Amino acid sequence: MSLQMELEHGRKALIVRLKGELDHHTADVVKSRMEDAIVSGDVRNVILSLRDLSFMDSSGLGVILGRYKQITAKGGKMVVCDVSPAVYRLFELSGLFKIVSVQENEKSAISSLEAV
Amino acid sequence: MSGANFMKLSFASRSENESFARVAVAAFVSQLDPTLNELTDIKTVVSEAVTNCIIHGYDNDPNGIVTIAAEIEGDTVRITVEDEGAGIADLEQARQPLYTSKPELERSGMGFTIMENFMDEVDVTSAPGAGTKIRMVKRIESKKALYN
Repeated sequence: MSLQMELEHGRKALIVRLKGELDHHTADVVKSRMEDAIVSGDVRNVILSLRDLSFMDSSGLGVILGRYKQITAKGGKMVVCDVSPAVYRLFELSGLFKIVSVQENEKSAISSLEAV
Repeated sequence: MSGANFMKLSFASRSENESFARVAVAAFVSQLDPTLNELTDIKTVVSEAVTNCIIHGYDNDPNGIVTIAAEIEGDTVRITVEDEGAGIADLEQARQPLYTSKPELERSGMGFTIMENFMDEVDVTSAPGAGTKIRMVKRIESKKALYN
């Protein structure tokens, strides 16, 4: 259980794949690893792939919002993809949809960044 | 068969127990044969309530005790999540969507809003220095027909 993270530096974006459960306990490592990658690497945009995320609560919203602020401060964008119905509801409740772009999968997330 | 079935557990206020808590309550509630959505709702609200105890009640001190009680009566689940920590001075403010007393920790301020949206009833009792107790009630839809 717990949470696994995969970071891939793509041409257009840093792709972050989360697998497992994102809560207060696991949010810290997501925060620090993404923060480091965004600060140290040549990262312009972030794609957050949630296909294998089996659980998320408001701590996950907090860490996503935090990285959104970080990447937009650098002039970049954040795209979230493969969102489960449960995570979708949390995004709706918190109003995160109004600021973060949501795409069906990684492929459409990448092309949404290329279109601009 | 009469009366309510119940369970109660106490554990250390450590963040690694958040997943334990939500899985334990979900396992108990499973006997009502809830839908996957209902089970996710329950796991999420337990996670929110326990996280509040750890972060706000005990200020991340792992030496506190969190107590959960759950009760099943007919088609209804009642869950109580309790700490003996700092307590909440202004409950109305704490329940506002997006309000957080700890913005430096990247809290979303959505905990109470999620609990209120996912459960049928949410009731909070708290006082500074006297801990916080959250009572939540949910009817399990799939069971309604049987008990109406």
